[in-house]
Amino acid sequence: MLACAAAVASASWITSTPAADMRRSGFAEMGAALQLMQRDDAQNPASLWVAEGASLWNRSPPRGKACADCHDAAAMGSVAARYPSYDAARARPLTLGARIDACRVEHQGASAEGAGGDAVLALSAWLARQARGQTIAPPADTRLRPWRERGERLWNERMGQIDLSCAQCHDERAGLRLGGAPIPQAHPVGYPIYRLEWQTLGSLERRMRGCLVGVRAEPFAPGADEWTALEAFLMQRAAGMRHEGTAVRP
Amino acid sequence: MARTLIHLPPTVRRGDVIDVRAMIAHPMETGFRADSNGQVLPRDIITRFECRLDDAPVFAADLFAAISANPMIAFTLRAERSGTLHFEWEGDHGFRQRESRPLVVE
Repeated sequence: MLACAAAVASASWITSTPAADMRRSGFAEMGAALQLMQRDDAQNPASLWVAEGASLWNRSPPRGKACADCHDAAAMGSVAARYPSYDAARARPLTLGARIDACRVEHQGASAEGAGGDAVLALSAWLARQARGQTIAPPADTRLRPWRERGERLWNERMGQIDLSCAQCHDERAGLRLGGAPIPQAHPVGYPIYRLEWQTLGSLERRMRGCLVGVRAEPFAPGADEWTALEAFLMQRAAGMRHEGTAVRP
Repeated sequence: MARTLIHLPPTVRRGDVIDVRAMIAHPMETGFRADSNGQVLPRDIITRFECRLDDAPVFAADLFAAISANPMIAFTLRAERSGTLHFEWEGDHGFRQRESRPLVVE
Protein backbone atom coordinates (compact mmCIF):
# COMPACT_ATOMS: atom_id res chain seq x y z
CA MET A 1 0.00 0.00 0.00
CA LEU A 2 2.90 2.34 0.76
CA ALA A 3 4.44 1.65 -2.63
CA CYS A 4 1.09 2.41 -4.23
CA ALA A 5 0.85 5.74 -2.41
CA ALA A 6 4.38 6.64 -3.46
CA ALA A 7 3.60 5.85 -7.09
CA VAL A 8 0.56 8.14 -6.98
CA ALA A 9 2.53 10.92 -5.32
CA SER A 10 5.34 10.75 -7.85
CA ALA A 11 3.01 11.63 -10.73
CA SER A 12 2.81 15.17 -9.45
CA TRP A 13 0.44 17.66 -11.00
CA ILE A 14 2.65 20.46 -9.74
CA THR A 15 5.82 19.50 -11.55
CA SER A 16 4.46 17.91 -14.70
CA THR A 17 1.64 18.25 -17.16
CA PRO A 18 0.77 14.99 -18.90
CA ALA A 19 1.76 14.87 -22.55
CA ALA A 20 -1.78 14.23 -23.74
CA ASP A 21 -4.24 16.37 -21.84
CA MET A 22 -6.88 13.95 -20.57
CA ARG A 23 -8.46 16.52 -18.30
CA ARG A 24 -12.20 16.98 -18.54
CA SER A 25 -14.46 19.46 -16.86
CA GLY A 26 -17.53 18.13 -15.07
CA PHE A 27 -19.45 20.11 -17.69
CA ALA A 28 -18.82 17.29 -20.17
CA GLU A 29 -20.58 14.78 -17.89
CA MET A 30 -23.81 16.78 -17.76
CA GLY A 31 -26.87 16.39 -19.95
CA ALA A 32 -27.82 18.89 -22.64
CA ALA A 33 -30.44 20.62 -20.47
CA LEU A 34 -28.00 21.32 -17.64
CA GLN A 35 -25.31 22.45 -20.06
CA LEU A 36 -27.77 24.92 -21.55
CA MET A 37 -28.75 26.07 -18.06
CA GLN A 38 -25.10 26.93 -17.40
CA ARG A 39 -24.45 28.63 -20.74
CA ASP A 40 -27.62 30.70 -20.91
CA ASP A 41 -27.33 33.62 -18.51
CA ALA A 42 -31.10 34.00 -18.46
CA GLN A 43 -31.45 30.42 -17.16
CA ASN A 44 -28.37 30.19 -14.95
CA PRO A 45 -29.55 30.91 -11.40
CA ALA A 46 -26.05 32.14 -10.53
CA SER A 47 -26.99 35.24 -12.55
CA LEU A 48 -28.97 36.36 -9.50
CA TRP A 49 -25.71 36.51 -7.52
CA VAL A 50 -23.82 38.05 -10.44
CA ALA A 51 -26.33 40.92 -10.55
CA GLU A 52 -26.06 41.35 -6.79
CA GLY A 53 -22.25 41.38 -7.03
CA ALA A 54 -22.33 44.03 -9.75
CA SER A 55 -24.40 46.33 -7.55
CA LEU A 56 -22.26 45.60 -4.45
CA TRP A 57 -19.16 46.52 -6.44
CA ASN A 58 -20.34 50.12 -6.82
CA ARG A 59 -22.21 50.48 -3.54
CA SER A 60 -20.55 52.68 -0.94
CA PRO A 61 -20.65 51.04 2.49
CA PRO A 62 -21.63 53.10 5.55
CA ARG A 63 -17.96 53.30 6.52
CA GLY A 64 -15.09 53.06 4.08
CA LYS A 65 -14.86 52.78 0.32
CA ALA A 66 -16.74 50.96 -2.42
CA CYS A 67 -14.83 48.26 -4.33
CA ALA A 68 -14.97 50.51 -7.41
CA ASP A 69 -13.20 53.34 -5.52
CA CYS A 70 -9.95 51.33 -5.49
CA HIS A 71 -10.27 48.76 -8.29
CA ASP A 72 -10.83 49.32 -11.99
CA ALA A 73 -13.68 47.02 -12.97
CA ALA A 74 -12.29 46.67 -16.49
CA ALA A 75 -9.07 45.21 -15.06
CA MET A 76 -10.78 42.53 -12.98
CA GLY A 77 -11.61 40.18 -15.85
CA SER A 78 -8.93 37.58 -15.23
CA VAL A 79 -8.88 37.65 -11.43
CA ALA A 80 -11.02 34.56 -10.93
CA ALA A 81 -8.80 32.62 -13.34
CA ARG A 82 -5.61 33.19 -11.35
CA TYR A 83 -6.47 33.01 -7.64
CA PRO A 84 -5.40 31.85 -5.03
CA SER A 85 -2.51 34.29 -5.00
CA TYR A 86 0.09 35.15 -2.42
CA ASP A 87 -0.53 38.02 -0.01
CA ALA A 88 2.79 39.39 1.17
CA ALA A 89 1.36 41.28 4.14
CA ARG A 90 -0.20 38.13 5.57
CA ALA A 91 2.66 35.89 4.38
CA ARG A 92 0.14 33.35 3.05
CA PRO A 93 -1.98 32.78 -0.03
CA LEU A 94 -5.54 33.99 -0.13
CA THR A 95 -8.34 32.41 -2.09
CA LEU A 96 -10.50 34.83 -4.06
CA GLY A 97 -13.21 34.58 -1.40
CA ALA A 98 -10.72 35.26 1.39
CA ARG A 99 -9.30 38.22 -0.57
CA ILE A 100 -12.77 39.73 -0.95
CA ASP A 101 -13.52 39.12 2.71
CA ALA A 102 -10.23 40.72 3.77
CA CYS A 103 -10.99 43.80 1.65
CA ARG A 104 -14.44 44.06 3.19
CA VAL A 105 -12.98 43.97 6.70
CA GLU A 106 -10.08 46.36 6.00
CA HIS A 107 -11.73 48.92 3.77
CA GLN A 108 -15.46 48.63 4.31
CA GLY A 109 -15.77 48.20 8.07
CA ALA A 110 -17.64 44.92 7.57
CA SER A 111 -17.21 41.81 9.66
CA ALA A 112 -15.68 38.70 8.11
CA GLU A 113 -18.28 36.28 6.78
CA GLY A 114 -16.17 33.47 5.33
CA ALA A 115 -16.30 31.69 1.99
CA GLY A 116 -20.05 31.11 2.21
CA GLY A 117 -21.07 34.67 3.05
CA ASP A 118 -23.64 36.43 0.89
CA ALA A 119 -21.45 39.36 -0.13
CA VAL A 120 -18.39 37.15 -0.73
CA LEU A 121 -20.41 34.78 -2.92
CA ALA A 122 -22.05 37.62 -4.85
CA LEU A 123 -18.80 39.44 -5.56
CA SER A 124 -16.92 36.25 -6.45
CA ALA A 125 -19.77 35.22 -8.76
CA TRP A 126 -19.56 38.60 -10.48
CA LEU A 127 -15.79 38.18 -10.91
CA ALA A 128 -16.12 34.56 -12.06
CA ARG A 129 -18.65 35.53 -14.72
CA GLN A 130 -16.11 37.94 -16.18
CA ALA A 131 -13.43 35.25 -16.27
CA ARG A 132 -15.62 32.96 -18.39
CA GLY A 133 -13.70 31.60 -21.35
CA GLN A 134 -10.32 32.62 -20.00
CA THR A 135 -7.46 30.21 -19.46
CA ILE A 136 -6.83 29.28 -15.85
CA ALA A 137 -3.39 30.70 -15.13
CA PRO A 138 -2.18 30.32 -11.54
CA PRO A 139 0.68 32.69 -10.76
CA ALA A 140 4.23 31.38 -11.12
CA ASP A 141 5.01 32.50 -7.59
CA THR A 142 7.51 30.30 -5.77
CA ARG A 143 5.98 31.28 -2.42
CA LEU A 144 2.84 29.37 -3.45
CA ARG A 145 4.76 26.18 -4.02
CA PRO A 146 4.79 24.90 -0.41
CA TRP A 147 1.03 25.49 -0.27
CA ARG A 148 0.44 23.60 -3.49
CA GLU A 149 2.60 20.75 -2.22
CA ARG A 150 0.68 20.67 1.03
CA GLY A 151 -2.54 20.61 -0.96
CA GLU A 152 -1.23 17.73 -3.05
CA ARG A 153 -0.31 15.77 0.09
CA LEU A 154 -3.85 16.31 1.42
CA TRP A 155 -5.22 15.24 -1.96
CA ASN A 156 -3.37 11.93 -1.72
CA GLU A 157 -4.00 11.34 1.97
CA ARG A 158 -6.56 8.77 3.03
CA MET A 159 -9.15 10.33 5.30
CA GLY A 160 -12.17 9.46 7.39
CA GLN A 161 -13.82 6.23 8.44
CA ILE A 162 -14.17 5.23 4.81
CA ASP A 163 -10.42 5.75 4.47
CA LEU A 164 -10.43 7.28 1.00
CA SER A 165 -8.21 9.95 -0.48
CA CYS A 166 -9.44 12.57 -2.94
CA ALA A 167 -7.13 11.04 -5.55
CA GLN A 168 -8.65 7.56 -5.23
CA CYS A 169 -11.97 8.85 -6.56
CA HIS A 170 -11.08 11.88 -8.64
CA ASP A 171 -7.82 10.68 -10.24
CA GLU A 172 -8.03 6.90 -10.21
CA ARG A 173 -11.78 6.39 -10.61
CA ALA A 174 -12.84 9.51 -12.46
CA GLY A 175 -15.31 8.64 -15.20
CA LEU A 176 -16.70 5.67 -13.26
CA ARG A 177 -19.87 6.01 -11.23
CA LEU A 178 -20.54 6.41 -7.54
CA GLY A 179 -24.09 5.25 -7.04
CA GLY A 180 -25.85 6.75 -10.05
CA ALA A 181 -23.61 9.77 -10.42
CA PRO A 182 -20.49 10.04 -12.60
CA ILE A 183 -17.29 10.73 -10.67
CA PRO A 184 -15.76 13.93 -12.06
CA GLN A 185 -12.07 14.73 -12.25
CA ALA A 186 -12.70 17.57 -9.81
CA HIS A 187 -11.28 20.52 -11.71
CA PRO A 188 -12.56 23.70 -10.05
CA VAL A 189 -13.16 25.54 -13.31
CA GLY A 190 -16.39 27.35 -12.51
CA TYR A 191 -16.56 28.37 -8.86
CA PRO A 192 -18.65 29.59 -7.20
CA ILE A 193 -21.04 27.02 -8.67
CA TYR A 194 -24.81 26.81 -8.58
CA ARG A 195 -25.35 23.25 -7.39
CA LEU A 196 -28.82 21.82 -7.85
CA GLU A 197 -28.32 19.56 -4.82
CA TRP A 198 -27.69 22.65 -2.70
CA GLN A 199 -30.42 24.68 -4.36
CA THR A 200 -28.07 27.63 -4.09
CA LEU A 201 -24.68 29.03 -5.00
CA GLY A 202 -21.67 27.72 -3.08
CA SER A 203 -17.92 27.95 -2.76
CA LEU A 204 -15.21 25.40 -3.49
CA GLU A 205 -14.70 25.13 0.27
CA ARG A 206 -18.31 24.03 0.65
CA ARG A 207 -17.94 21.53 -2.17
CA MET A 208 -14.82 20.00 -0.61
CA ARG A 209 -16.48 19.92 2.80
CA GLY A 210 -19.20 17.77 1.23
CA CYS A 211 -16.57 15.27 0.07
CA LEU A 212 -14.97 15.13 3.54
CA VAL A 213 -18.35 14.46 5.12
CA GLY A 214 -18.90 11.84 2.42
CA VAL A 215 -15.81 9.88 3.49
CA ARG A 216 -16.86 10.42 7.11
CA ALA A 217 -13.89 12.59 7.98
CA GLU A 218 -14.21 15.58 10.24
CA PRO A 219 -14.12 18.61 7.93
CA PHE A 220 -11.43 21.24 8.49
CA ALA A 221 -12.57 24.38 10.28
CA PRO A 222 -14.16 27.10 8.10
CA GLY A 223 -11.40 29.14 6.47
CA ALA A 224 -8.68 26.68 7.59
CA ASP A 225 -5.29 26.60 5.85
CA GLU A 226 -6.07 23.12 4.50
CA TRP A 227 -8.84 24.49 2.27
CA THR A 228 -6.51 27.15 0.88
CA ALA A 229 -3.78 24.58 0.26
CA LEU A 230 -6.19 22.25 -1.54
CA GLU A 231 -7.56 25.12 -3.62
CA ALA A 232 -4.03 26.26 -4.55
CA PHE A 233 -3.21 22.70 -5.60
CA LEU A 234 -6.43 22.16 -7.54
CA MET A 235 -6.14 25.42 -9.47
CA GLN A 236 -2.58 24.48 -10.44
CA ARG A 237 -3.87 21.03 -11.47
CA ALA A 238 -6.47 22.77 -13.67
CA ALA A 239 -3.96 25.25 -15.14
CA GLY A 240 -4.58 25.76 -18.85
CA MET A 241 -8.21 24.67 -18.71
CA ARG A 242 -10.94 27.11 -19.62
CA HIS A 243 -12.76 28.97 -16.88
CA GLU A 244 -16.50 28.41 -17.14
CA GLY A 245 -17.68 31.50 -15.28
CA THR A 246 -20.36 30.52 -12.81
CA ALA A 247 -20.92 26.84 -13.49
CA VAL A 248 -24.06 24.79 -12.86
CA ARG A 249 -23.59 21.30 -11.47
CA PRO A 250 -26.05 18.60 -10.39
CA MET B 1 -36.14 42.98 -1.52
CA ALA B 2 -35.63 39.82 -3.44
CA ARG B 3 -33.39 39.76 -6.44
CA THR B 4 -35.08 39.14 -9.77
CA LEU B 5 -33.94 38.61 -13.33
CA ILE B 6 -36.39 39.29 -16.12
CA HIS B 7 -35.53 38.44 -19.68
CA LEU B 8 -37.35 39.84 -22.71
CA PRO B 9 -36.25 39.81 -26.37
CA PRO B 10 -34.35 43.00 -27.28
CA THR B 11 -36.67 43.85 -30.18
CA VAL B 12 -40.30 42.86 -30.59
CA ARG B 13 -42.42 43.21 -33.73
CA ARG B 14 -46.21 43.33 -33.73
CA GLY B 15 -47.68 39.83 -33.79
CA ASP B 16 -44.48 38.12 -32.58
CA VAL B 17 -44.82 35.33 -30.06
CA ILE B 18 -42.14 36.23 -27.52
CA ASP B 19 -40.47 34.33 -24.68
CA VAL B 20 -40.69 35.94 -21.29
CA ARG B 21 -38.53 34.57 -18.48
CA ALA B 22 -38.74 35.70 -14.89
CA MET B 23 -36.42 34.34 -12.19
CA ILE B 24 -36.50 35.29 -8.53
CA ALA B 25 -34.18 34.54 -5.62
CA HIS B 26 -36.23 32.62 -3.10
CA PRO B 27 -35.43 29.61 -0.86
CA MET B 28 -38.75 27.81 -1.57
CA GLU B 29 -38.52 25.98 1.75
CA THR B 30 -41.01 23.12 1.46
CA GLY B 31 -42.15 22.80 5.07
CA PHE B 32 -41.28 19.10 5.00
CA ARG B 33 -37.61 19.34 5.91
CA ALA B 34 -35.99 19.30 9.33
CA ASP B 35 -32.96 21.30 10.39
CA SER B 36 -29.88 19.78 12.04
CA ASN B 37 -31.67 19.77 15.42
CA GLY B 38 -34.67 17.90 14.08
CA GLN B 39 -36.98 20.92 14.14
CA VAL B 40 -39.24 21.12 11.10
CA LEU B 41 -38.42 24.20 9.04
CA PRO B 42 -41.59 26.24 8.48
CA ARG B 43 -42.89 26.41 4.94
CA ASP B 44 -41.68 29.48 3.04
CA ILE B 45 -42.65 29.35 -0.61
CA ILE B 46 -43.96 31.60 -3.33
CA THR B 47 -47.62 30.74 -3.87
CA ARG B 48 -48.63 33.00 -6.74
CA PHE B 49 -47.04 34.59 -9.78
CA GLU B 50 -48.83 37.02 -12.06
CA CYS B 51 -47.85 38.97 -15.12
CA ARG B 52 -49.99 41.79 -16.52
CA LEU B 53 -49.61 43.99 -19.57
CA ASP B 54 -50.81 47.31 -18.19
CA ASP B 55 -54.04 46.06 -16.56
CA ALA B 56 -54.65 42.97 -18.67
CA PRO B 57 -53.49 39.66 -17.17
CA VAL B 58 -51.30 37.74 -19.61
CA PHE B 59 -50.04 34.91 -17.40
CA ALA B 60 -50.56 33.61 -13.87
CA ALA B 61 -49.47 30.55 -11.96
CA ASP B 62 -50.07 28.99 -8.55
CA LEU B 63 -46.89 27.54 -7.06
CA PHE B 64 -46.62 24.67 -4.59
CA ALA B 65 -44.01 23.05 -2.40
CA ALA B 66 -42.45 20.84 -5.09
CA ILE B 67 -40.89 23.76 -6.96
CA SER B 68 -37.14 24.27 -6.62
CA ALA B 69 -35.42 27.28 -5.06
CA ASN B 70 -34.94 30.40 -7.19
CA PRO B 71 -37.78 29.47 -9.54
CA MET B 72 -37.64 30.58 -13.14
CA ILE B 73 -41.02 30.94 -14.82
CA ALA B 74 -40.95 31.06 -18.61
CA PHE B 75 -43.98 31.67 -20.78
CA THR B 76 -44.88 33.03 -24.19
CA LEU B 77 -47.16 35.86 -25.15
CA ARG B 78 -48.26 37.37 -28.43
CA ALA B 79 -47.10 40.97 -28.64
CA GLU B 80 -50.00 43.01 -30.02
CA ARG B 81 -49.31 46.40 -28.43
CA SER B 82 -46.75 48.28 -26.40
CA GLY B 83 -47.19 48.80 -22.69
CA THR B 84 -45.67 47.99 -19.35
CA LEU B 85 -45.31 44.41 -18.17
CA HIS B 86 -45.94 44.11 -14.44
CA PHE B 87 -44.58 41.06 -12.65
CA GLU B 88 -45.76 40.14 -9.18
CA TRP B 89 -44.75 37.30 -6.87
CA GLU B 90 -46.61 36.58 -3.63
CA GLY B 91 -45.79 34.04 -0.98
CA ASP B 92 -45.75 32.92 2.63
CA HIS B 93 -45.09 35.33 5.50
CA GLY B 94 -46.35 38.30 3.50
CA PHE B 95 -43.74 37.90 0.77
CA ARG B 96 -44.44 40.22 -2.13
CA GLN B 97 -42.19 41.37 -4.95
CA ARG B 98 -43.16 43.62 -7.82
CA GLU B 99 -41.16 44.44 -10.93
CA SER B 100 -42.06 46.12 -14.20
CA ARG B 101 -40.46 46.27 -17.62
CA PRO B 102 -41.45 48.27 -20.70
CA LEU B 103 -42.64 46.23 -23.67
CA VAL B 104 -42.01 48.17 -26.86
CA VAL B 105 -43.71 46.69 -29.92
CA GLU B 106 -42.33 48.07 -33.18
